[in-house]
Amino acid sequence: MTLLPLGPVFLSILLFLFTAAITPLFAGRPHALVRVSFLLSAAASLMALAGGFFAVSNGAVDTMTLPIGLPDLPFYLRVDVLSGFFVTVVSLLGLFVSIYSIGYVKGFIGQRPVSTLVVFYCLFMAGMLMVLISDDAYSFMVSWELMAASSYFLVVFEDEHASNRRAAFIYLLIAHIGAVLILLSFGVIAGFASGFESFNGYTFSAMRSSTITPAWASVAFLLAFFGFAAKAGMMPLHVWLPEAHPVAPSNVSALMSGVMLKTAIYGIMRVTFDILHISSWWWGGLVLVLGLVSAVMGILSALMQVDLKRLLAYSSVENIGIILVCLGLAMIFASFNMSVLAALALVAGLYHVLNHAMFKGLLFMGAGAVLHSTHERNMENMGGLIHRMKWTAPMFLVGCLSIAALPPFNGFISEWLIFQTFLLSPVLPSPVLNLLIPLGAALLALTAALAARCFVKAYGVVFLGHWRGAHQHGVHEAGLSMRAGMLLAAVSCLLLGVLPSFVIRWLDVIPQTLVGGTISLSAHEFGWLWLTPVSAGRASYSAPIVFLGILLVVAVVYMIFHARKTSIRRAPVWDCGFGKLTNRMQYNSTSFAMPLRRIFGFLFGIKEVARAAGDPALSPMFMDRYIYHLKMRDRIWYGLYKPVSDASFWFARRVGRLQHGRIQIYLLYSFLTLIVLLVFA
Amino acid sequence: MMKAYPLLIEGLQVIIVLLGAPLMVGWVRMLKCWLQGRQSAGPFQPYRDISKLLIKDIVLAENASWIFRFAPYAVFGATLMAGSIIPIISVDLPLTATADIIALVALFAIARFFTALAGMDIGTAFGGMGSSREMMVASLAEPAMLMSVFTVSLVSHSTSLSHMAHTVMEGTLMLRPSLAFALMAFVLIAIAETGRIPVDNPATHLELTMIHEAMVLEYSGRHLALIEWAGMMKLFLFSSLGIALFFPWGIAVADEAMMLPVALIALVAKLALVGLLIVLIETRLAKMRIFRVTEFLGSAFLLATLGMLSYFMLE
Repeated sequence: MTLLPLGPVFLSILLFLFTAAITPLFAGRPHALVRVSFLLSAAASLMALAGGFFAVSNGAVDTMTLPIGLPDLPFYLRVDVLSGFFVTVVSLLGLFVSIYSIGYVKGFIGQRPVSTLVVFYCLFMAGMLMVLISDDAYSFMVSWELMAASSYFLVVFEDEHASNRRAAFIYLLIAHIGAVLILLSFGVIAGFASGFESFNGYTFSAMRSSTITPAWASVAFLLAFFGFAAKAGMMPLHVWLPEAHPVAPSNVSALMSGVMLKTAIYGIMRVTFDILHISSWWWGGLVLVLGLVSAVMGILSALMQVDLKRLLAYSSVENIGIILVCLGLAMIFASFNMSVLAALALVAGLYHVLNHAMFKGLLFMGAGAVLHSTHERNMENMGGLIHRMKWTAPMFLVGCLSIAALPPFNGFISEWLIFQTFLLSPVLPSPVLNLLIPLGAALLALTAALAARCFVKAYGVVFLGHWRGAHQHGVHEAGLSMRAGMLLAAVSCLLLGVLPSFVIRWLDVIPQTLVGGTISLSAHEFGWLWLTPVSAGRASYSAPIVFLGILLVVAVVYMIFHARKTSIRRAPVWDCGFGKLTNRMQYNSTSFAMPLRRIFGFLFGIKEVARAAGDPALSPMFMDRYIYHLKMRDRIWYGLYKPVSDASFWFARRVGRLQHGRIQIYLLYSFLTLIVLLVFA
Repeated sequence: MMKAYPLLIEGLQVIIVLLGAPLMVGWVRMLKCWLQGRQSAGPFQPYRDISKLLIKDIVLAENASWIFRFAPYAVFGATLMAGSIIPIISVDLPLTATADIIALVALFAIARFFTALAGMDIGTAFGGMGSSREMMVASLAEPAMLMSVFTVSLVSHSTSLSHMAHTVMEGTLMLRPSLAFALMAFVLIAIAETGRIPVDNPATHLELTMIHEAMVLEYSGRHLALIEWAGMMKLFLFSSLGIALFFPWGIAVADEAMMLPVALIALVAKLALVGLLIVLIETRLAKMRIFRVTEFLGSAFLLATLGMLSYFMLE
């Protein structure tokens, strides 16, 4: 008996909706509500996880038609390997975050109504899963809007600050610009699928079999790519992301960064690889270039941040960039019919999708635990949390090591696969690409090194050293369920890093259906210990042996050198005889990033003012106080968005003159419109 | 017996890395003393330093966390692991297949990551400064390093170190422009990564310009011994990595016991030459200002990228 995958996923969506629906029953009992609803959503995630996992491992396609919506326009649902993979990613992180949320959301009780958070959380999860299983443009757009709208309400959850409302508004605005582009793209494709008169062109299966001219295919691709990229947070459409992700509750930020961005990646893959099929190489070139820009600029911006969650949000821009680089490479290779290389690039990209969901979810959960306990998002006021949060600290460290692409954690596996793809690139029949691929590898290497730097900074400033803020009473360890959620994510980071060949064998069916190539045959002849994407001679990596090797060496060295009884004496830090070391003298986030501001500062608008205050006559060398101001401006916001928003306000004011607030004048407008229509009809 | 031979070689190599690294540093220091007209303590002084530090008690700062105590072991472990991957005396080591050149760079990155964290753990200005600078140097040196070794792997169609060494060894002595660029970049990066003049000065503890020493300033006793030892191994490994990638002639190939003495002699001769080169550079050049380092590494990055480009464009 083969398990049909759509059933569990569908049931899980129903369970999410049910959970949202029963919220009013718990009015006045918020503790019970939080416990029941997040346990239910964990169960729902588990169900979807099973469905998604079997969809990929069976390689099955399962469809269903739901007679809801407009007459003659039913919802078509479908799970195939691609959507199955993304369902797995969404529900795996959904499971961890739901467990985490039991403890996290409890912290809001008494401060604000948690029921809205619960309702929109469930709708958000349901919306993401629905996006993944819908098989026609209509239900896709409905689910897409459900996802966008529910996440809007989650972003605006802490709505007492004007900045939060502004962030949510920008988010909603850009999400809708993206949605319009996606809708237009579907319109173009559907037009070729049915001719414009029939109704059936809106299903993806009709679109798949349509014959679309190359020019229009490119138009549809561009519309869809930019539409989805706006949601994915690709530069330069990313401006909403560092605004919206930090202000949302941390469990929601984990989901938004970890998996919601991935639904956009899913959309790009669905449209380009499945519906349109790749026709020309410049599609891939465009995706590759924009991915590289996002990766480098994203991590540079992340390094400049002092807000922990903003830093993580910018790092999501970077990781989306890396995924787009993989997709771009896959598209380039697919357009030249190099199916094995395309498969390798796709596997690298998909692996990174999974990895990023795990470690970014983990890091956002860790940031949530820090925020929960210190009520502080500004890293300049943190420090030394490793002594007070004994559980969160090592888990956050696992997240940092993973995202910095260090073995034996998972980030390294996808980075390794991407570099292999770059290195296996043969000489392509286009000089532009031959220039682009080495540059791409260089920029990707730069990104990886900068990511390591960024997360040394994040970890060092938040968890190490001394506390920098004014007071630190009430700093405490996260609760049991929060630790459990983080621990699960941390363990998956390690497992995905140590046992990559199982995962690759599992997801290898996806490139097989999308680009007709597979790396599995070459990858597994040497057994599960080895990762050999093409042949053992070209490259091999054995994650388990490296992991055990490091572990063994560290253990042996520890045993040898620790065995001897030397006393360990604790003493105050040597203060060079001044005796005046204060916690403000530590390196902080701004000073840590200072060399970088000097090197890459030209990419940003930086205004730095440092002056000394005090009486210079009294002591010219040692001033009382130094005052330092640093202003960073996102050039893209001021160069690209501000003019547009100013222009639209200007235009709106001009149009606004039509409004006088008198009913007679509005009636006159209607009358004139009718006359004009009658004349020209 | 056939099975045991590669393992034996592997074990021998680990011992050579462990014991050869201090000797090489001692050799460099001795040469430097001679060139600068000072009296040297002989090439064995680093052994005495390490054993002295191993005996000494540890003084830990009051708020040192487990990261600070774990970091030396992680640094030492990762570096030693790297030492068992690079083909130093024989090309056909059993462990070379487990990790390729990308993993090797990542192993060095682990060591650096933990050193930088340890630098920030105590919360002194020096430690943070060292970490910040080290990560600045690394964030430019690591991509340059990857690009440089990628050029070699493009030429040899492999990222496996033993294959790369094989290919370069068997190739004719043709001057490939890509490899020339890669070698130039590699030399610059190796100087930066091992913290030698003109990027960093391993002998200083008093300058505001120090990088690596600032991070490990709070260490003492066996922790410091491990970190110093790992630093020496890093110099040894970068030298032998350069040898394996660009001048592999002499490294033992097949399972022939006869090749080993030749390989050992070749290794000693090459490393002695590398040491001489380091000393010449260090004596001729002054240490750079910290923000000139970015230009230095930027040019290494450009050279490496040029190498890769010239492979795609010319070869």
